[in-house]
Amino acid sequence: MKIIAVCGMGIGTSVLLKMNIEKVLDLLEVKAEVQAADVTSAKRDGHSADIIMTTPELAFHLENMPGQIVPIEHVFDLTEIRQKLSSVLGK
Amino acid sequence: MAALNLALGPGSVLLNQTATSWQHAVELAGSGLISSSRVLPEYSQAMIAAVEELGPYMVIAPGIALAHARPSELVLETGLALVTLTQAIEFGSERFDPVRIVFAIAAKDHESHIDLMAELSELLLDEESITILLSSSEESQVRSLFS
Repeated sequence: MKIIAVCGMGIGTSVLLKMNIEKVLDLLEVKAEVQAADVTSAKRDGHSADIIMTTPELAFHLENMPGQIVPIEHVFDLTEIRQKLSSVLGK
Repeated sequence: MAALNLALGPGSVLLNQTATSWQHAVELAGSGLISSSRVLPEYSQAMIAAVEELGPYMVIAPGIALAHARPSELVLETGLALVTLTQAIEFGSERFDPVRIVFAIAAKDHESHIDLMAELSELLLDEESITILLSSSEESQVRSLFS
C-alpha cells in the first residue's frame, strides 16, 4: 500500500504529516509506504497512491486523483489521523 | 534535540516581537534566517507568496505557523528561525488563528531537514514546551528545551 502526505511545498506540513501517519500505522500494525510530496509533484507522480492525505485547504487540488483523499484538519492530532485511517483501511 | 539547536543559528531566535500583520510576522521570521546566513533576503517574500498562493494551511496547530518556501537557490543552508509574538496575529486560518509562534524553515533540498522536522514535531506535540516557548524572554530559555 502507498500513502502520500501532500502539502503546498512538500517540505513542511507534509513531512510532519508523514511522520505522524507512520506513527499511526505502527499502532495499527499496518505496513505501508508513506511519502511526502508537494501538490504539483503529487498530481504528476501520485497516481499509484492508494490514499492521499492532506489538509482541507489543499484537498480540492487533488480531486481528480485515483487515490482516496483523506483530509486531515490537524496534522499533530494522532487521534484524528488514527480514526480517519482506521475507517479508510477498515480496521 | 541537537538538530533543532543546530538549525537555529545565531540571530535566529526572536522573542516577544510585535508584528502588524501576518506578512510582517513572516518577514520577522525570515529576518532570523537572513541574520543566521541561511537564506538570501528574497526568501522572506517567497514565504509570503507561498501563503498568498496556497492559503494559510501553514498555520499547522493552534497559534503556530510554519512558514517556508520551496527549496531553491535562495536557500544557502538548511535552517530554522523562531519568532514569538506578544500580540497574536490573524493569518486567516479558520481552525488555528490567532498565531503567536512563527517558525520559518529553509530547506536546501527535500532530505536535509528531515531530522530537524522530526525534532520539531516532537516539540510541537508537547504542550509544556509550547508554554515555555511562549513565556520565554531569553534565548537561553528556549535553547534549554533542546538540551
